[in-house]
Amino acid sequence: MTGGFASLPVILKRELTSYFATPVAYVFIVIFLVMAGAFTFYLGNFYEREIADLQPFFQFHPWLYLFLVPAIGMRLWAEERKSGTVELLLTLPVTVTEAVVAKFLAAWLFVGLALALTFPIWITVNVLGDPDNGVIVAGYLGSWLMAGGFLAISACISALTRNQVVAFIISVVVCFGFLFSGLPMVLDIFRGWLPQTAVDAVANLSFLGHFNSISRGVVDLRDLVYFALVIGFWLTANRILVEIKKAQ
Amino acid sequence: MIEAKKLTRCYGDFTAVDRLSFSVEPGTVLGFLGPNGAGKSTTMKMLTGFLPPTSGTASIHGHDIVADSLAARRLIGYLPEGAPLYGELGVARFLEFVAGARGYRGDEVMRRVGQVVERLQLEEVRMQTIETLSKGFKRRVGLAQAIISDPPVLVLDEPTDGLDPNQKQQVRRLIREMAPDKITIISTHILEEVDALCSRAMIIARGKLLADDSPASLLARSRYARAVSLACDDLQGAASALSELPEAGEVEVRRGLVTAFPSGHGDLFQAVSKLARERGWRVSRLQLEAGRLDDVFRRITRTETTEEAA
Repeated sequence: MTGGFASLPVILKRELTSYFATPVAYVFIVIFLVMAGAFTFYLGNFYEREIADLQPFFQFHPWLYLFLVPAIGMRLWAEERKSGTVELLLTLPVTVTEAVVAKFLAAWLFVGLALALTFPIWITVNVLGDPDNGVIVAGYLGSWLMAGGFLAISACISALTRNQVVAFIISVVVCFGFLFSGLPMVLDIFRGWLPQTAVDAVANLSFLGHFNSISRGVVDLRDLVYFALVIGFWLTANRILVEIKKAQ
Repeated sequence: MIEAKKLTRCYGDFTAVDRLSFSVEPGTVLGFLGPNGAGKSTTMKMLTGFLPPTSGTASIHGHDIVADSLAARRLIGYLPEGAPLYGELGVARFLEFVAGARGYRGDEVMRRVGQVVERLQLEEVRMQTIETLSKGFKRRVGLAQAIISDPPVLVLDEPTDGLDPNQKQQVRRLIREMAPDKITIISTHILEEVDALCSRAMIIARGKLLADDSPASLLARSRYARAVSLACDDLQGAASALSELPEAGEVEVRRGLVTAFPSGHGDLFQAVSKLARERGWRVSRLQLEAGRLDDVFRRITRTETTEEAA
């Protein structure tokens, strides 16, 4: 079933309206900003390092997203199924692909907005020193792409269940796996019995490795493709799950 | 025209809809009638393109519900069971969303929203958040989104369920007003609704079509059709006298009324009133019964159950 994407902006707009019609948007943005700040200054020793960059800011994003992004993603489909509005939505002349992509994009834009609202720290670092702003732009880009990866996973898992709490917990676990697959803790498990190429492949699946290389200012096409593939894969799975699950 | 051919839907081992075939012409208000879990909602979900059929097919004005789903869906306005809505949105915002998803843009969106808001008398709640509305208003918002594109086919799943009598009346009037040039399919387990609204009724139980007829013909199948009830001073005497009549079959005494069911020979009403005059009963009430739909419904759905048990 193919169709245009004519209704995509309509669904996207409705989703965004819903975020701001409920406390979700405000709670998320406030918590995100407070935690990002707290991590940067207390755990990252932003001032004490006396280096004019945003490394202490970006290095905690994976951990921040690990819990906050599934909190945004968990409602995407679980809520629609629970309230029955999925029936309303999918009997309108829109395709499932349109709905999946529109919902994802709305959530991604929303996370992007929260991320953009951290701009005072960018100003701060420019006032205090003379940072490489190109690296900072790359850091923001990498952070947003990683959020997209987490979000695609959470959106897909949200289509599995009507229960938002279940969706949240499973999403956190799966995101955790994707985050950790590059760390020795996970790789050592594989090292004993998998050939080195396979271990490298597992390591390559890690969000962390790709995020770190982008946020160091190296915008490699391979890292961009990696995030595009991750998002594409999980959204495709999301689309299939929505089709399967609506019958139940 | 809607045409369903052997429409079937299974959930695992359970067959919710079992080879349902029917066709509906414009101008028809078709009532799906059946006990809870009969397969009414599942049939509607298939017609509206939400659920693909396990086997069989249906088409909406020539557009197949699976192969040409988008085109079919464009022709249908649908009120799902329980009228689910995006509760956090305002009424106007919600209707703008539906109009947009139906392909309208710019001024046309506002014009369409204005039209349905007026038609369903939603002006006073236009800016209100949907979840703060009363049940009656919510249902009207649900109907408003269904008719916003003035679709040639309306599928309404239990449109009056849970409404108070005035609201029911209002919704029925609205459906009647819209009906003449459309195909309207409603599902209900409220029998009076079929009588009040539908030009055709399909009784469905366990996913099977048990009867497909006009409400009047269905009523004629009732044992009460053309029965005669009488209230008088001596009910027992009257009952035994009535049972002697060749025009009467069974005779029943219930709640201060003696009811004689027609045997099929001659005019029962004439015979009863003549008898009453001759015997000099003091008759306080004498009435010709119309058929009772609940009686037909019970008999049709129960026969099915006992047949299957046997």
